[in-house]
Amino acid sequence: MNGLLLLIPVALFLGLMGLLAFLWSMRAGQFDDMDGAAMRILIEDEDA
Amino acid sequence: MSYIAPDEDWTGGPVETRFAVPDMHCAGCIAKIERLLPQQPGITGARVNFSGKTVTVAHAERLADPDIIRAFDAIGFDAQPLHSAASVERGLVLKRLIRALGVAGFAAMNVMLLAVSVWSGADGNSRHLFHWIEALIAVPAIAYAGRPFFDSAFRALRAGTVNMDVPISIGVLLATGMSLYETVVNGQHAWFDGALMLLAFLLIGRVLDEMMRSRAASGAEALVRRTAAGAMRLDETGASQWVAAEDLQVGDRLLVAAGERLAADGIIEDGTSRFDLSLLTGESAPVPAGPGDVATAGTLNLERPITLRVTAVGEARAIAEIARLIESASQSRSRFVRLADRAATIYAPAVHLLAAVSFAAWMISGAGWHQSLLVALAVLIITCPCALGLAVPVAQVVACGTMMRAGLLVKDGSALERLSEADEVLLDKTGTLTLGRPAAQGIEAIPLHLRPIARGLAMASRHPLAMALRQALGGAYVSPAALTNIVEQPGEGVEARYEGRPVAMRRPRASEIGPVSDDRAAAALDLGEGAPIVIRFADSLRPGAREALAELNRLGLPARIMSGDRTDAVDAVAAELGIVGQGDMRPTEKMALLEAEIAAGRRPLMVGDGLNDGPALAAAHVSIAPASASDVGQQAADIVFLGDSLLGLPKAVRAARATMRVVRQNFVLAIGYNVLAVPLAMAGQVTPLIAAVSMSTSSLIVIANSLRLRGAVT
Repeated sequence: MNGLLLLIPVALFLGLMGLLAFLWSMRAGQFDDMDGAAMRILIEDEDA
Repeated sequence: MSYIAPDEDWTGGPVETRFAVPDMHCAGCIAKIERLLPQQPGITGARVNFSGKTVTVAHAERLADPDIIRAFDAIGFDAQPLHSAASVERGLVLKRLIRALGVAGFAAMNVMLLAVSVWSGADGNSRHLFHWIEALIAVPAIAYAGRPFFDSAFRALRAGTVNMDVPISIGVLLATGMSLYETVVNGQHAWFDGALMLLAFLLIGRVLDEMMRSRAASGAEALVRRTAAGAMRLDETGASQWVAAEDLQVGDRLLVAAGERLAADGIIEDGTSRFDLSLLTGESAPVPAGPGDVATAGTLNLERPITLRVTAVGEARAIAEIARLIESASQSRSRFVRLADRAATIYAPAVHLLAAVSFAAWMISGAGWHQSLLVALAVLIITCPCALGLAVPVAQVVACGTMMRAGLLVKDGSALERLSEADEVLLDKTGTLTLGRPAAQGIEAIPLHLRPIARGLAMASRHPLAMALRQALGGAYVSPAALTNIVEQPGEGVEARYEGRPVAMRRPRASEIGPVSDDRAAAALDLGEGAPIVIRFADSLRPGAREALAELNRLGLPARIMSGDRTDAVDAVAAELGIVGQGDMRPTEKMALLEAEIAAGRRPLMVGDGLNDGPALAAAHVSIAPASASDVGQQAADIVFLGDSLLGLPKAVRAARATMRVVRQNFVLAIGYNVLAVPLAMAGQVTPLIAAVSMSTSSLIVIANSLRLRGAVT
């Protein structure tokens, strides 16, 4: 029972972190250009 | 290839404009645009969104759209400005739904964690504690994530109707209320997990639905052509400046170059040219006009620059009349009730009746109001249209994704429902059955070793005939020769030198055309050796037209032509395709014909492209437009197909029918599941555990069934 009192808040906290990370990435436009991100890795640097 | 003196001073804060660039295919294109575009004068930055095929350009304030389009042209890309606020709004709605889904998903998972411990035997104080924690997570999450449903249900109830959201909202709110009560009195069962899971599943459906709509909308929007978004205005000194169409005023003098569309109605002051009126009338042969003649907005100037005095702008233009017709025609379309909503009007009352009956039955048998209410609640949760809510959107999203890969952009989910019902097809001629642009005929006459020169000449001009020749030669994998001293004389042609010899692509002389009368346009090519070669240009049938019509006929959609072109031109095409056709139809007549067909109980599919087809496209049961269609045609149509081939039409019909087949299967699966589970619920045998399992299984089955549509477009 004591273990639970610790584990439940920990679990909820971690879950909440995940949710916040998701909401942040939505707001920051991480999902705006999914195909472009895959393509950009192939662009060579200007001076290379 | 810079088009503005580089020493010109570009001041003023940078402004951002979005452009659609459909030809981006690879990483190289991204790099090219982002690196080369900022080197063009006045442009400070460019950022590509590859998924949306758009580029956001940061540029000096005084740079107008055509300048930036020319900058794109200079680096080899075709760009179209995007000025629609609707797509931004769409994006916001989608983001709100995804946020709600994120919250519902997070809460559902955590509540489920606690609920599983309750189901596996936690009791006494720990059960009480778990229920309280569940309540703390679930109540705010439901209040937030349930809003889209509550709002919609409230709107429907206030309008005196019932939609799918009404039983959803009642189920979710009742489940939350009862669970709170159970939590307070330390009862055995709480249904928070069920309510949250329901919301999460339904939100998945909503997100998919919205995603499809916004993706299709942005795709169709990306194809909107730059038809007369503005014009070059001449001031007293004779200097010209580009102004947007909405800023034009009556009395303005406009300079309209060859190959440009008119932005306003007016009277020609200076210059003689031929005009392509097909956008307005469907008439394919160019019409000559000179000083004193009236020209209407939307017509294409084919030959020589003219000066136009504006007589009507905005709502007063002839075009605006067509826009009003379209608006009135599309109102009848909005009366179409989607399958899911039709199902809801039967389903929702049935479900509520079942719940009420079970409540009454348990009360009569003396079970007490608490237990009776719990049974009624179980019935509501089991029957909550979870899988039903997914049945339509998942199938449509999968189908639309597949169709999009096959070059068919579906603008609206209900379009597939309507297309699957279509039982006849009416086609416009110019631009729909035909390509709607001049195609070069007889390029075989050009000797192989001279073709690079011809290509080089064709690439030096933006004249429609030059573009047609370029396209015809491009198909034969000819790389352009390096020409020097290129001079373009408007209305006359292009002259240049190749290895010292003079070469030209020009208006043919009377002696070269010959005595036979031929209303096809022509151009003569002097390629430095031999006699000049005369190339003819004519509008030709789209590839696959015959096969597409035959296939549509097999699918039960007989075809007919409905055109604004001359009757003899229509008859020629109709005879070639072996179908009937009617010519000389005005936009209102086309619309009236479609309305008569619908009144007679038919479900016509209208395929058209021009402005003159706009009212007909909006009035038809369902409509398809080619990507080459006018702005108005694309807005009014439900589906837009890419490329020249007409074979997309039978493909779209088959895909729509396959989709509706799967949707109906999904309904049967979802309702069948409920039919099995409802007796259990009414007997009071359903615990939150059984509800959770049945709900997710039925949803997964529906999704799995819909995924079969991935290969549906063949």
